[in-house]
Amino acid sequence: MRRVMVVDTSRCVGCEACVLACKNENRVPSGKYRDWVVQESRGEFPNLSLEIRSERCNHCSDAHCVSNCPTGSSWYRYDGTVQIERSKCTGCKACIASCPYGARYVNPQEGFVDKCTLCVHRLDRGQPTACQEVCPTSAIVVGDADDPRSEVSVMLRRGTAHVVSPEAATKPNVFYVR
Amino acid sequence: MGSPLHLSRRRMLALGAGTLAATTAARFNPLLDAESQASSGSVTDPGTDGRIVRSACEICFWKCGIQAHVQEGRITKIQGSPLHPLSNGKLCPRGTGGAGLAYDPDRLVRPLLRVGERGSDSFKPVSWDDALGHIASKLEDLKKKYGPETLALFNHGAGASWFVHLAKAFGTKNIVAPSFAQCRGPRDVAFDLTFGAEPGSPEVLDLRNSRCLVLIGSHIGENMHNTQVQDFAQFVANDGDLIVVDPRHSIAASKARSWLPIRPGADTALLLAWIHVVVHEGRYQREYVERYASGLDELKAHVAPFSPEWAAAETGLDAAVLRDTARRMAGAAPAVVIHPGRHASWYGPDDTHRSRAIAILNALLGSWGHRGGFFQPTAPKMAPYPTPPYPTAKPPADRLPGEAPFALEPLTQGVRRATIDGNPYPVKAWIVYGTNLIQSLPQRAETIKALQALELLVVVDVIPAEIAAYADVVLPEASYLERYDDLLKVSWRRSGVALRQPVIDPPGEAKPGWWIARELAHKMNLGQYFPWKDVEEYLRERCVKSGLDFDQLKRDGIVLSPEKPITVEDGLALQIATESGRIQLSSEKLQKAGFDAMPVYRRPAQPPAGYFRLLYGRAPAQTFGRTSNNRLLGELTHGDRVWLNAKAAADLGVKDGDTVVLVNQDGVKSNPVRVKATERIRGDCVYLPHGWGHTSRGLTYACGKGADDSALVTRAEVDPVMGGTGMRVNFVAVRKEA
Repeated sequence: MRRVMVVDTSRCVGCEACVLACKNENRVPSGKYRDWVVQESRGEFPNLSLEIRSERCNHCSDAHCVSNCPTGSSWYRYDGTVQIERSKCTGCKACIASCPYGARYVNPQEGFVDKCTLCVHRLDRGQPTACQEVCPTSAIVVGDADDPRSEVSVMLRRGTAHVVSPEAATKPNVFYVR
Repeated sequence: MGSPLHLSRRRMLALGAGTLAATTAARFNPLLDAESQASSGSVTDPGTDGRIVRSACEICFWKCGIQAHVQEGRITKIQGSPLHPLSNGKLCPRGTGGAGLAYDPDRLVRPLLRVGERGSDSFKPVSWDDALGHIASKLEDLKKKYGPETLALFNHGAGASWFVHLAKAFGTKNIVAPSFAQCRGPRDVAFDLTFGAEPGSPEVLDLRNSRCLVLIGSHIGENMHNTQVQDFAQFVANDGDLIVVDPRHSIAASKARSWLPIRPGADTALLLAWIHVVVHEGRYQREYVERYASGLDELKAHVAPFSPEWAAAETGLDAAVLRDTARRMAGAAPAVVIHPGRHASWYGPDDTHRSRAIAILNALLGSWGHRGGFFQPTAPKMAPYPTPPYPTAKPPADRLPGEAPFALEPLTQGVRRATIDGNPYPVKAWIVYGTNLIQSLPQRAETIKALQALELLVVVDVIPAEIAAYADVVLPEASYLERYDDLLKVSWRRSGVALRQPVIDPPGEAKPGWWIARELAHKMNLGQYFPWKDVEEYLRERCVKSGLDFDQLKRDGIVLSPEKPITVEDGLALQIATESGRIQLSSEKLQKAGFDAMPVYRRPAQPPAGYFRLLYGRAPAQTFGRTSNNRLLGELTHGDRVWLNAKAAADLGVKDGDTVVLVNQDGVKSNPVRVKATERIRGDCVYLPHGWGHTSRGLTYACGKGADDSALVTRAEVDPVMGGTGMRVNFVAVRKEA
């Protein structure tokens, strides 16, 4: 099983419902974010294009945060997602420095590092991630890329998918299609 | 995300570190090596699931179905209800952040009685009995002195129904809402004149089946009307032909096949040219128009001069693009929607005409009643709770003879005027429910003049917006998450009846609107209009009479009506509800009343040198000014920036992120506001998301954030047809502030 997220940027309107649903679901502290929305405008008036991306931890298959974690706190789950074992985290921030995506933060109350879990506690119950569930445009889909019949596999086959900062060579598992 | 600037900086920093680390990264393939890694730890469930209460949102007027999770009496999260056809399990950011309203530390929690001068914002807390006793005796005095019509109710939202009922029982027809004259009025009147019916709320657009959608200033995606955004996204995914007319490269414009960055105010010229192409090239739906419409010959003659070449000069757009877009719309007909818009009070005298032109174009393309166009829902049956007939009341004071004959509702600014000048009779008491008139009406100086002329101002609200500072009595209401309201009608593809019910207890002494109105009625010997013991008894009785199961409604938050055909394609027998039974391409009613029977374009005044036209609109996490104090929504991108064309900014020596003030043509200055210098807007206008720039000290989170567009709307042009106040007629200069 390889869990991936595919975000359809042609559907997304950048409303940030995903950001707030995540914060509610995961009790993300004020001012900290597990997901966020980037709007990238290109061109000059009136020849313009805009890409809107709901971004988060990319659950990379070659995750620098996992390889650089001195305590083994960052780890790969059986489904390919990158998780954090809080009890092992010393808050050294090596993972924060090594993440190309700025996806991690220190929990201000308890000192451990935190980030998107891909809502595996929900996926395990058969529920979608909070961001996928709320999304009014149905732009976010999470599924198993190893299953060729899954919606994510269909989306990935449909067109050119791209990842954020491919030059970081981390094999991200969050893909953007349009 | 708070600040995109902050984000990109963080990303840049992180990226450097990441690339360095990449050289030492161990290779790992989770497909091969998953199990051994998986054993090393657990994933914590944050545990935010709880007891679910299904209710209806009121963060905006769309009223989606919600399900709130509650743990030990506290809301942990709010989701879209999967059972409700307006939400389909999904929700916009505002509804998702609804708990931020319930737990706002600035909530009004005790009745307040003014102690200082009106507007001085000094109050003392009093008991409910004293507050309501004071209001009741004052209202009865005023009734004796001036008659019951001296009371006006300004209202917004579903919770107002109890106060509307109370006002009618008291004997007044001065019941007004900014949602008409300051918002959708021109559109509703135009569609009513054309089709005999309004586009509705939610608008009855079958976008998920449309082949072509035309948006004129509508910025779907920045206005987050949940269902419409869902359908819009589906339309885009279906590869629908999207044509967006907007001076700003809106989110919707970024998804369009054609973006028409029109000169602000020239929309009617564009529409006339489109009608010209459709009619003169014979691209209208011939059979449909023959069967359902009247006035085609007059229309054909009327639009003869309005060629795309003529419109090109007015709109600043290319004639070939105008012709091409018109042909594409016609090619998609009847599965085409020229969006009626919602906030339509833009330029005053142009507004009903512009909305009529939209209606006419839809009629020519046969979209009214067809799949992919405007569907026709059947409203659910809802029996009233029996109460005595209302006393006969004088006509509302808003319009003097000859004014705005086609207004469908009394006009806010008319009641405001009557309050100041006493014509045709004195209006001395206002109850203001759920609307911050300081921000929701244009020409603030007039509003304040009227407030100062009152003998009684009662404000019922959940947070202390600016209007509360002027009140004699402030009544703290339970929020939509803490109260029952009247049954909610859902007119949609599948219609139904929805329920708002309490999810949590109200804070402090805040009380639900039904309780406040009922108590007040009993104190004024109007108890016979509120004969029920409590709201549950009232709702249960209405449900019984309507054949609805109240317990099911409580459990599911909605009871759906049987499915009915909604388009001609599903077997709908299309009826045109105008008096003639035909779609009015040329309006006999307008003609009889001395107006132009067909849309006429009048070029609005253009900004003088050194000024920009002030445009305003929505940001996704903001409803009016009601959400700017919501600390949960404050976690999201603030819309509190003024959009300024990048080149215009450079000419002014202003950089992205600089703080400026806007000064309008009458010398009114805005709060300091940061600039979004962008290619995504024309150089002759600026754009300000509405609802920022609060000055109420009670809104401790929002006060002073951003600039208030409505403070700069010192001028309004009134639509003589229906009394809408066009507000895009103000110009601002951008001044750098040290």
